[in-house]
Amino acid sequence: MRVEHELHARRRGRNIGVGLLLGAFIAIIFGLTVVKVLSLGDVRKFESFDHAPRPQLVPAEAPAAAEGAQ
Amino acid sequence: MTGFRDATGAMNFTGAATVARTGMNGHTMSDASLDSAVTAPGEAGLGDYFALLKPRVMSLVVFTALVGLLAAPVPVHPFVAFVAILCIAVGAGASGALNMWWDADIDAVMRRTAKRPIPAGKVAAAEALGLGLALSGFAVVLLFLATNWLAAGLLAFTIFFYAVVYSMWLKRATPQNIVIGGAAGAFPPMIGWAVATGGVSVESALMFALIFMWTPPHFWALALFVRTDYGDAGVPMLTETHGRRVTRNHVLGYTLPLVPVALGLGFTSIGGPVYLAVSVVLNIRFLLGAWAVWRRDETQAEADGYASEKRLFRLSLSYLFLHFGALLAEAVLRFYGLSVMPW
Repeated sequence: MRVEHELHARRRGRNIGVGLLLGAFIAIIFGLTVVKVLSLGDVRKFESFDHAPRPQLVPAEAPAAAEGAQ
Repeated sequence: MTGFRDATGAMNFTGAATVARTGMNGHTMSDASLDSAVTAPGEAGLGDYFALLKPRVMSLVVFTALVGLLAAPVPVHPFVAFVAILCIAVGAGASGALNMWWDADIDAVMRRTAKRPIPAGKVAAAEALGLGLALSGFAVVLLFLATNWLAAGLLAFTIFFYAVVYSMWLKRATPQNIVIGGAAGAFPPMIGWAVATGGVSVESALMFALIFMWTPPHFWALALFVRTDYGDAGVPMLTETHGRRVTRNHVLGYTLPLVPVALGLGFTSIGGPVYLAVSVVLNIRFLLGAWAVWRRDETQAEADGYASEKRLFRLSLSYLFLHFGALLAEAVLRFYGLSVMPW
């Protein structure tokens, strides 16, 4: 049986309020992040640098090293 | 029953004063000679912490800041605008909490403020200080991240101005405290404008000046007909330090420069015929009201129960609200392409 401490009952309103405020804070930061990212415009201009495969950057000795390891 | 109520009230008051003192000095409450149930801070609810933020002052701050933001020629994303106004409101609330922390001793003396959370013993003074500092940091940093450094810097300066310049330096030192301290209440539309434009302009400076020049006649009209206990708390008020005749002179003296400031705003890019029409009517009435307050003496004022002073104070409330409401109306008309601006 779980007996709730009297303090918890007394501070329930305050705790719920603090919880709601923290939730609102998270929502604000998340919303602000979404708005800021969307306001950047076309995201492909960033992806072209970060996500496009560039074979010239792959080390030439990598396959040999992998075979040697086997 | 009356005796019991009086005794309880007296005990609560003493306890509250003890809490305020000990909290301010950072000592424990071991010196309290009263019942601990009376001297210990009560179980503060969320509402008590909210009361520290002076929500009524916040509502005026929110309204004027919103008008400053919407009147600006640069559109702001609605969510960013919401966060910005929230930050300005929280910043204003934080300065209110810092003000209550610093003024806990005089709040306990005055009847109007004795029920505030700190003198009432619900919130410890140190808690108010912590809340004020934390919310100040939160509001300024978030406003910087959401908008720009100028808006955040202006908000930080406003908090500093209200908490330090007004509360700590001026309030107990000079009867001109509300004149200079009024600047803190005048900054919000300038911050709202900076949120949108990232700068300061004639328009935002005039919005600042409108509130700044409006504060003295608004406040001193009230001081003429309300008997306050600021004197008991050691706060110099013009009505008591220089007399009521001088206060009447000051009411008219500050109304005269207020009129061109208010009308001048109508000829800027955020003004227009709607604003000017509203402003002309309001300023004629305000000038006549200030003139009526100035030209009579105490005997005449007492004879009709300070009717002119009360009328001027009521008018001052709608004066500011309608001026900013007219600016908002002009912004809405511009948004829909309905503005008729010959200049």
